[in-house]
Amino acid sequence: MNASVAQKNPLVEAVIRRGLLGKGFLVALAILALWKLASSFMAGPTVFTQQVVNGLQLGFVYALIALGYTMVYGIVRLINFAHGDVFMVGAFASYFAIARWDLNLWLSKVFPTLPFWLSNAIGVITVILVSMVTCALLAFIIERVAYKPLRNAPRISALITAIGVSFFLEYFGALPFVFTSNFITYERPINVINWVISSQGVYVLPAGEAPPPTSIIFSNISLYIIIVSLVLLFFLNYLVQNTRIGKAMRATAYDKPTARLMGINVDGIISVTFAVGASLAGAAGVLYATAFPQLYFVMGIIPGLKAFVAAVLGGIGSIPGALVGSLIIGEAEVLSAAYISTPMRDAVAFSILVLVLLVRPTGLFGEPSREKA
Amino acid sequence: MLKKISRQNLIFFGGLLLFFVIVQLAISLHLLNDFWNTILRIGAVMAIVSLGLNLIYGFNGQFSLGQWGFYAIGAYTAADITYRWSNEQSSLGLTIVLFGVLLVGVAILYIRRVLSRIRGLDALSAFTIYFVASLILGIVAVYLGKLAEPVFNTVLRLLPGVVALQIVYIIAVLVAAVLAAEISFLFGLPVLTLGSDYFGIATLGFTIIVKVLLDNSDTMLGFQEMKGARGMVGIPKLTSWFWVFLFLVIVIVVMRNMLHSSYGRAIVSVREDEIAGMAMGIDVAEFKILSFVIGSLFAGLAGGLYAHINGFLHPNTFNFIKSFDPMIIIVLGGLGSMTGTLAAAFAWALLLEGVLRLVLPQGFETWRFVVYPLLLLLIMLLKSNGLFGDYELPFLRQIIPPLKKKLDPGLQTPTSTPASPSSAQKAIE
Amino acid sequence: MNETTNGRYILDIQELSMQFGGLRAVNNFSIHLEPHDLQGLIGPNGAGKTTVFNMITGVYTPSAGQICFLNENITGFESFEINQMGIARTFQNIRLFPNLNVLDNVRIAYHTHAGYSLNDAILHNRHYKNQEKELTERAQDFLAVFNLQDRQAEIAKNLPYGEQRRLEIARALAAEPKLLLLDEPAAGMNPAESSSLMDLIHFIREKFDMTILLIEHQMRVVMGICEKITVMDFGEVIARGTPSEIQSNPRVVEAYLGPGAAALSEKFRRRKVE
Repeated sequence: MNASVAQKNPLVEAVIRRGLLGKGFLVALAILALWKLASSFMAGPTVFTQQVVNGLQLGFVYALIALGYTMVYGIVRLINFAHGDVFMVGAFASYFAIARWDLNLWLSKVFPTLPFWLSNAIGVITVILVSMVTCALLAFIIERVAYKPLRNAPRISALITAIGVSFFLEYFGALPFVFTSNFITYERPINVINWVISSQGVYVLPAGEAPPPTSIIFSNISLYIIIVSLVLLFFLNYLVQNTRIGKAMRATAYDKPTARLMGINVDGIISVTFAVGASLAGAAGVLYATAFPQLYFVMGIIPGLKAFVAAVLGGIGSIPGALVGSLIIGEAEVLSAAYISTPMRDAVAFSILVLVLLVRPTGLFGEPSREKA
Repeated sequence: MLKKISRQNLIFFGGLLLFFVIVQLAISLHLLNDFWNTILRIGAVMAIVSLGLNLIYGFNGQFSLGQWGFYAIGAYTAADITYRWSNEQSSLGLTIVLFGVLLVGVAILYIRRVLSRIRGLDALSAFTIYFVASLILGIVAVYLGKLAEPVFNTVLRLLPGVVALQIVYIIAVLVAAVLAAEISFLFGLPVLTLGSDYFGIATLGFTIIVKVLLDNSDTMLGFQEMKGARGMVGIPKLTSWFWVFLFLVIVIVVMRNMLHSSYGRAIVSVREDEIAGMAMGIDVAEFKILSFVIGSLFAGLAGGLYAHINGFLHPNTFNFIKSFDPMIIIVLGGLGSMTGTLAAAFAWALLLEGVLRLVLPQGFETWRFVVYPLLLLLIMLLKSNGLFGDYELPFLRQIIPPLKKKLDPGLQTPTSTPASPSSAQKAIE
Repeated sequence: MNETTNGRYILDIQELSMQFGGLRAVNNFSIHLEPHDLQGLIGPNGAGKTTVFNMITGVYTPSAGQICFLNENITGFESFEINQMGIARTFQNIRLFPNLNVLDNVRIAYHTHAGYSLNDAILHNRHYKNQEKELTERAQDFLAVFNLQDRQAEIAKNLPYGEQRRLEIARALAAEPKLLLLDEPAAGMNPAESSSLMDLIHFIREKFDMTILLIEHQMRVVMGICEKITVMDFGEVIARGTPSEIQSNPRVVEAYLGPGAAALSEKFRRRKVE
């Protein structure tokens, strides 16, 4: 029980008390990462900026998925592993909406006189809404069938069930008469326009032409992803902060029994939360497929996982946290793929998560919890 | 009482022996074809991994998804050692890992003793010390291993080829297990301070990082023979039914004996209530590490055994999706029940790898993973505490000793019945 | 170890403070316990009593002040070290190991002096068996003392409330502490049960030569058994003395019943005397 002799030394004592060794380790890692970033930037500022733009685009998609994780975890403490597969279903739903039913062009068929950009925009919104509604319905059914009966069982049972649902969605989707187990090329709902930003100014890149060497390409897809994500994020924030249903959600997340005593329909609110989260994942599915136009029955796993990491990184239960975490993970993924090696991007995302959790155990925006003895 | 316990031991070990002999006979007489033989061995390997995870999650309450990462480390380490010996006649893998494991193990034990005298050292600082020491010793081990290789080669070549191969195999499996345990110690030290779900996520990250490294083992780590994402071939198929069974029995007995001791009670108290455990003098952090390290040791051991079943390893086997398999097994069997884990592991292997492959008609193989989650859902909805709950076989059950006949007469409360009117009450009234 | 240089006090707390963010939960709290003392700590809800216990047992690290136990400064020690040094406690909202049986709940307390190593345990050798048998018997003796011997195989969470309380005290004592902290032991007990609890506390003090500090809301219990009482309100000590001194202290009455009540109670007392 006696302090060792070494500890009598004030310097050693200070190092131990403040945990300077561990902090030094983290700082060394941070300096290494910053140095890597700075040297990458110096090596080619335009390439670097291009990567940052790509990362931003990915980050916004992750943010939409992350919100579903963060809301569901906040309210029922369940890591909903099936969420990534709901995202996959959303992408496929939009594929059918576009390739089979041409829903992105329905307005221009009904009113051919309307300007194309307007009818296309409304068509795209329709496609996104179809995906969102499909996913919301799917999540509602999943919640009622698989999670609700386990509300009072040990938490792990629900988690195992979530994994089961995830397997089921994937491999049911892989059946030949559903989505098949092949890669499917996605038809984008909008025509791609690439803007070139370089020293010559900003202009539209003609189709089939290579961009000039030192320039940044900004496509209307990035714009479309960022706008749709921001609109949905603001909508969700409004829903959670300013509406009756949002208030009920927050109350349920805080204390279920008391919320029930206050006359809140807790089961209904949980269903709504699942549905809202899933509808955002459905929208994310459309956006992701537009950016990377290839569909596959397990395409939801990795983005789902990344989004989950982002949600935890930002602090689970926090909407701004989900956005910030997602942007960090999106940037980290794209930059590490570009400057370290492509396969390392998954490892980098998780390493960042572990390191952040060591410093802030509840994430960047998470509220610290204290257990009372 | 003593007789009763030994009778239980007798029944248990007799039953095990009988089971072993029957299966062994069936294999030797070719009653059991390779397909079922492999499934049985995989069942036993899964049982070892899952027992390890049950120790970490079921008994100690730490939600870990890292078990599969340690399994992968064990598999690739052991495979690399035997591969080098059987294909290149080189014991380089063996010597480096052996020296590395020994040096780092001794260093960890020594540093631990020194650090235990220092008050208030945070986990991250301790990790930094261990990490730097392990890194230095790892480099030292590479040089030592290169120096010692010719000696080991000569000694092993003196033995008949088959014997030498078996010796290399057993050492490989053991050092791979210890390596996994040491890595789990380094990783667990800072990460176990996180809360339960956050710990789970961090360990999931560990599994994914290991998988990424294995995908690039040839390019990034420089192990050409592992062939990265193409999969490692040419590993000698040495894991016989005898070896898996032997290791499974050892794991069961070690785990059972540990759980039925003061250490086991301390481990379980951490799951039950950390604050109460601390208040009872239990070093919660210490016991979290202990069970995490032992659980990972089992995972590494199972990995080493698994690598030598098919003679083929592929990083996709260590995908994080598959890392849920041991978690599914322990939950299905019943958390905190060794019996349940054993039964569920074998049932899992028989069902998923065996029956479902055979029952489903041609062209319906993809239905396997449609039926499997449905079964999983059904079991969870019907029996959310697992198939066995907390049931244990008599041998694995902890026996509550009967009371002593007579009591120390001085030690008797004045109030024999709690509700009896007492002197204090009278005094107040 | 008991005989220390100025070893008058077994527990010596000086100017302890605890700050949670902007809230000062405990401010300049001091208390001294001599060996074999039985002292009480009372105060309205939220006065900071349990926070004091949590600081003594290392659950919280105090923002200021120091705690000396057996003349060693234990401020900032970890909970388990403090228990191993000889301070055991019970909790306000009983914290047993709910899914373990009664016997194991008590046997866990022995783990630091189990007397065998992990290797012994894994090998199940003779040394392990002897030690394990001995500690099991000791645990059973303890259960018998607390009249729980017939319940040894019962799962702790299935015990009735009163027995859970007794089991928690038994578990705390099994660690062989020198100082016992009881956090509202009589909470939720009816008068008969709390009377037998008072007997039990007296018995523990005599039998194990124990020093006891207890938090209690049932005035009957505190006034009935404590020799000295410290009263807290809003994190500060407002009074200290024997039960009768405390009962007539106007500040205490004010803390419990609000300003004005003290004057009222004075009036009532006078009327009674008249």
